[in-house]
Amino acid sequence: MSEKVMPEIFRKTTTPVWMRTRALGIMFRIGETLLYFFALILIWHIAIRIFDVQSYVFPSPLDVGREFYNGISSGLYLQHFWVTMAAVLSGFTIGGLSGLLLGILITTFPIVERVLYPYIVALQTMPKVAIAPLMVVWFGFGIQSKIVLVAIACMFPILINTIAGIRASDSDRIALVRALGGSEWQILRYIRLPSALPYIFAGLNTGIVLSVISEIVGEFVGARMGIGVLILQANFSLNLARVFSLIAVLSITGILLSAALRFIERRVCFWSGKSTR
Amino acid sequence: MSTQHFPVSQHALEVQNVSLVYSTMDANIEALRNVSLKVDAGEFVSIVGPSGCGKSSLLRLVLGLEKVTGGGIVVAGHRVTGPSKQAGCVFQAPVLLPWRTIWDNVMLPLDILKIDKVAASERTSGLLEMAGLKGFEKRYPYELSGGMQQRAAIVRALVHDPSILMMDEPFAALDAMTRETITLELQRIWMESGKTLVFITHSISEAVFLSDRIIVMSARPGRVVGEFTNQFTRPRRFSDMASPEMSGMVEDIRKCLDQSSIVGSEATHV
Repeated sequence: MSEKVMPEIFRKTTTPVWMRTRALGIMFRIGETLLYFFALILIWHIAIRIFDVQSYVFPSPLDVGREFYNGISSGLYLQHFWVTMAAVLSGFTIGGLSGLLLGILITTFPIVERVLYPYIVALQTMPKVAIAPLMVVWFGFGIQSKIVLVAIACMFPILINTIAGIRASDSDRIALVRALGGSEWQILRYIRLPSALPYIFAGLNTGIVLSVISEIVGEFVGARMGIGVLILQANFSLNLARVFSLIAVLSITGILLSAALRFIERRVCFWSGKSTR
Repeated sequence: MSTQHFPVSQHALEVQNVSLVYSTMDANIEALRNVSLKVDAGEFVSIVGPSGCGKSSLLRLVLGLEKVTGGGIVVAGHRVTGPSKQAGCVFQAPVLLPWRTIWDNVMLPLDILKIDKVAASERTSGLLEMAGLKGFEKRYPYELSGGMQQRAAIVRALVHDPSILMMDEPFAALDAMTRETITLELQRIWMESGKTLVFITHSISEAVFLSDRIIVMSARPGRVVGEFTNQFTRPRRFSDMASPEMSGMVEDIRKCLDQSSIVGSEATHV
């Protein structure tokens, strides 16, 4: 009996000391953030009440919350959300891969840079809102036009960062492979691309935010489904509470996508920032 | 492999009357002038000289990273025309890849030369053990001290079994204490591996302590101005540096370097 009790006591006295304080620390920080969040909501609510603002001018947090709940529970938001997400994720994937590939080609073959780069910069300086109607004309009201728009928007930061990362590769590391008779392809695979990874992730992080923005722009210009379409509809019927709740959906999406990328980055570039010579 | 080729030289390394001139926009810089030297198989040879004497250029030529403008270089019977797997190299910095474990780092040459890694794993384990890195295979470079990182770099240079090991001031970036320890370890690793080793340094005492032979080079244009043979028994200890042979040799090399720099400076005035 006493033998069974002993390990229990042992465990209680040794492990939790630091864990308890660390867990408390994390909970305290989360609690702090939530506290300020609710304080803000409360001030918003009180302000609306005091100044008697009509909900078609500025909705109260309770109205927004109700719309949010109704939208989610009726399945309406999710139905449109998946369309938006599908366009964002496929556009981001296509744009990301082409940015990566173009970055590799531009750093490997100077001719590609001379021929293609001016057009890429020209495409980038064009405002996306200006080319969005074109995309709808060419690719229709379906998801395709939005995918193309998202891909164009997010390609540039990923391309620029890939080029910067590949060019920043340490010359000693390249000499190491070269001294063994390694090919340019091997230098790319073993040295340049891994060295460029932290840069590429910085580009992906910028790219994912741009993807969500251009998707909504695309939906505003012409679409049948998506969160952007819902925002437009709610705006026309002056249902500002719904507009607010949809904007909240987009914000949460953006935060989650960015957090997911940072999570992957920490796994892939675990070595980044640690000194080695 | 060597039987299929016409044997040009019996030496592990032969540098034949090599010159190297860098062309820039407004002038030609003569880095090396008529440098000749031979290194026997299994020998430990140091090359000492002031900075800018072309020691590192010579190493880059042997590794095939640059091309001679005159003369020729033969490594293990093969004329050097470009990079080859005949030579392993260790630079000033360990240059380990931070995203690879120590094991994967030392295996890098096998990846590049497309050599079967499974077959080589036993040999690699042996080399890591010899370098005192057993148990650190799964660690990442940033988890190791500078001295350990440089030892991993030495293992990496040996892993594809090159016929010659070239080292370019490999301990220059280490602190004095680590430097002493790793110098002793290099002696041991060299004795155990039986490799031919060319060691480039600007430290005369390090060269004398480690080498069978010390080749002295002058300031630019780099020329061979002296050669010293050290037959002191091995393994050597740091206390041996106080012996008349060793300390005398350090003095002689210093004199040789001083004279060449005077001659060199006169030459530039003419």
